[in-house]
Amino acid sequence: MPKILHASERFGDLAKSHHKVLVVLQWSGGNDGLNTIIPIQNDIYYKTRPTIAIKSQDALRLQDDVALNPHLPFLKALYDEGSLAILNNVGYENPNRSHFRSMDIWQSASQSDEVWQTGWIGRFLDKHASINKQRALALEVDDTLSLALKGQHEKALASLDLQRLHRNTQQSYLKAIDQVHHQLHQRHHEKPVDYLYQTMASTLQQVDYLYKNSHPIGQHTSYPSTGLGKSLKAISSLILSEVETKIYYVSIGSFDTHNNQNRRQELLFKQINSALQSFVNDLKANNRFRDVLICTFSEFGRRVAQNASNGTDHGTANNMFFISGGLHQPGLLNEMPDLNKLIEGDLIHQVDFKSVYATLLDRWLDTDYRPILKAKYPLLNFI
Amino acid sequence: MISNINEQHYHLLRRAGFGVHSKQIVHIADYTPQALYEKIKTVSSNSFRPLHVVNREALERITKQAKLTNNRKTINQFHQAHIRRLTIDWLDEMANSEAPLREKLALFWHGHFACRVNNSLHQEILLNTIRKNALGSFKVLLQAVSKTAAMLAFLNNQQNKKAKPNENFAREVMELFTMGIGHYTEQDIKEAARAFTGWSYNAQGAFLFRQRVHDDGIKTVLGNRGVFTGDDILDILIEQRATAYHISKKLYQYLVNDKINEEHVQWLANRFYNNEYNIQQLLHDIFTSDWFYDREHLGALIKSPVELTTGIRRILPMEIQNEATQILLQRLLGQWLFNPPNVAGWPGGKAWIDSSSLLLRLQLPQLIRDNKQITLKPKSDDDLDMGLTTKGKRNRYQIMARVDWSSWQQIFADTPTDQLLTQIGEKLLPTMPASKQLQTIVKSVSISQADSAIEAYTLAVMGLPEYQMC
Repeated sequence: MPKILHASERFGDLAKSHHKVLVVLQWSGGNDGLNTIIPIQNDIYYKTRPTIAIKSQDALRLQDDVALNPHLPFLKALYDEGSLAILNNVGYENPNRSHFRSMDIWQSASQSDEVWQTGWIGRFLDKHASINKQRALALEVDDTLSLALKGQHEKALASLDLQRLHRNTQQSYLKAIDQVHHQLHQRHHEKPVDYLYQTMASTLQQVDYLYKNSHPIGQHTSYPSTGLGKSLKAISSLILSEVETKIYYVSIGSFDTHNNQNRRQELLFKQINSALQSFVNDLKANNRFRDVLICTFSEFGRRVAQNASNGTDHGTANNMFFISGGLHQPGLLNEMPDLNKLIEGDLIHQVDFKSVYATLLDRWLDTDYRPILKAKYPLLNFI
Repeated sequence: MISNINEQHYHLLRRAGFGVHSKQIVHIADYTPQALYEKIKTVSSNSFRPLHVVNREALERITKQAKLTNNRKTINQFHQAHIRRLTIDWLDEMANSEAPLREKLALFWHGHFACRVNNSLHQEILLNTIRKNALGSFKVLLQAVSKTAAMLAFLNNQQNKKAKPNENFAREVMELFTMGIGHYTEQDIKEAARAFTGWSYNAQGAFLFRQRVHDDGIKTVLGNRGVFTGDDILDILIEQRATAYHISKKLYQYLVNDKINEEHVQWLANRFYNNEYNIQQLLHDIFTSDWFYDREHLGALIKSPVELTTGIRRILPMEIQNEATQILLQRLLGQWLFNPPNVAGWPGGKAWIDSSSLLLRLQLPQLIRDNKQITLKPKSDDDLDMGLTTKGKRNRYQIMARVDWSSWQQIFADTPTDQLLTQIGEKLLPTMPASKQLQTIVKSVSISQADSAIEAYTLAVMGLPEYQMC
């Protein structure tokens, strides 16, 4: 089977070119990066984590001194075939240890001492979505919308279950008032309530568009029946149906492992591993893996030393995964964290996460990132 | 300007409160708009009843217990449950209050002095501080809020010590509470932070000045030089005209229009400053100005989720048996009281509206009527969950509200069916939809008997985007 997949990948160049798709996978709660990408030859790691460190022989070796958490075997396979990139020490200046605040900083892409009320994907939509409002340019697979996908004027669609949402928007009264307003609408006489009518109209249109255009006919793999499995299945069916959505956003959690960390992390990693396996194989079988980039992040990493409850407390810098058949630079992109150099027991970040966003916007979504991030950041080379 | 007196009344009641109460409608015809405002003002300034939900002895007991067992789980749960209780009681107060102006302003200050701490006693004290001073002097309000345990904890001032100052409190006091960004330097913040060193609180949540860690050296803040204390800094901030402008502008945007009229705001700010920051007087200036009744302001604001749900409850008094659902709705609609998104509070306006919040808002009246279960799930909150999963709660969110339609129906007892829609519409909507839109409603409502016609029209009107506007 792998041979056939590889063959179809090689022919990918000949297939018609597809637009690029970004899938953001948010790991809520602060995943422990050190037990994810493990420094298996580091004494400090084993000394500071006497009961929760992952043993070298259990971990999945990537390099002599670096290994992957044992519950992410599919990521190891991706690493081996050159479809996985790992970026260590990602964070920001003056890290904040509140989940809420740090998540806000990641989602808005502000500096840590600023409060921005829009998200980085939302501002991408402000720049691009007005052209074609009937097509959902970004979709969050959830019942409510994250700050990341809220712009000043444009917002992404949120839908955990497209079928349910579609049924919900079929309500005749809703459709009727939408239709009448559409007939009466005069551009030069905009009233404040029109923003609501417009949001209503684009919601109905986008739901309709996605619902009608998603034909999961191409799906070859079966998905786990977990929340993430269902979400990725929905995303893949949209990608394979060639809808115009460019960004998908989905969350899993909670990684807030203050006690009995390894059990919780194992549980979540198993879910992630199997859902990603189905998703990536599905994309490969349909020759779309080159066009899709999956990017993971968490609002912070955790402290280097474990706590008294076999867990870890809120920390700072963390690692990110990038998964795609179209990576420019796979593998380990930079050095592992330096456990000799800590600030009050926490890792020091080397890469600003906004550099990652800038790279995604510039190299993957093909747009000038500066008006979106409102600053200049060095670009990275993984895509 | 609006000439229709009913239109004026409903506009005023929407802005100086949460909309008309169905039991109030029969009386308002006797008033001029001026007199109606005077009445709202008098009632609101007289009545202040603090909300108490936290039993201090119980809290003390649990706190001791938690220290002994080194387990914060019970105490966290205690606080969460009591903050939920506080939220419900406050919502009830807004919905039933004879003095909605106080609660309307308290809601404003609740966002202005945004604070997110999982301590029910601290939150209760802060809320009552805000409600008590909501219509009084902004100077007193600022001083009182700055000395609450909730705010000192939230803005890290207990870590602000002479040896190692923490600037967070000083920064937010200037940036958010008083002057707004652009009127001070980083050096001003550093110096002011020194003056606030030692501002702390005790176990009962009362203000405590720790002389030991206070920096009693000379500070220079906004051109003033002296051995300043925190109180001196607040005085200096109150002396700045930028503070009067910032507050007047924010209140104008909350009560009049998102788009500001520079001339009117400047006029309000000058008077606010000269009247020694008397909030009551500022409100009087707003609500008795001719421009307040300019047609452009009708329906210019998007109701916050709390304004929306409270407004529905004032029209249709209801007994809501399921507290969890009320909190769920706040989370789904994006305004979870006591849990502002960040130090700057809720951004408001268009930020309330996205595809999911709008659909829920439009369908909410019908969901309440049909006693539906809310199947949507809010985002998790890792700061509150503390690593604990909350599984299996999804199916508990039946709305369970018993609506009392009688007072509302009584109003239309003698209204002919063909006039029902306009009669209901003028009471509930700031702007009337186009006549073609009204025909849609008529078409969509199937009428069998008079009672259900009132109900059906009311729900249809509440399901319009126009009803989301204020």
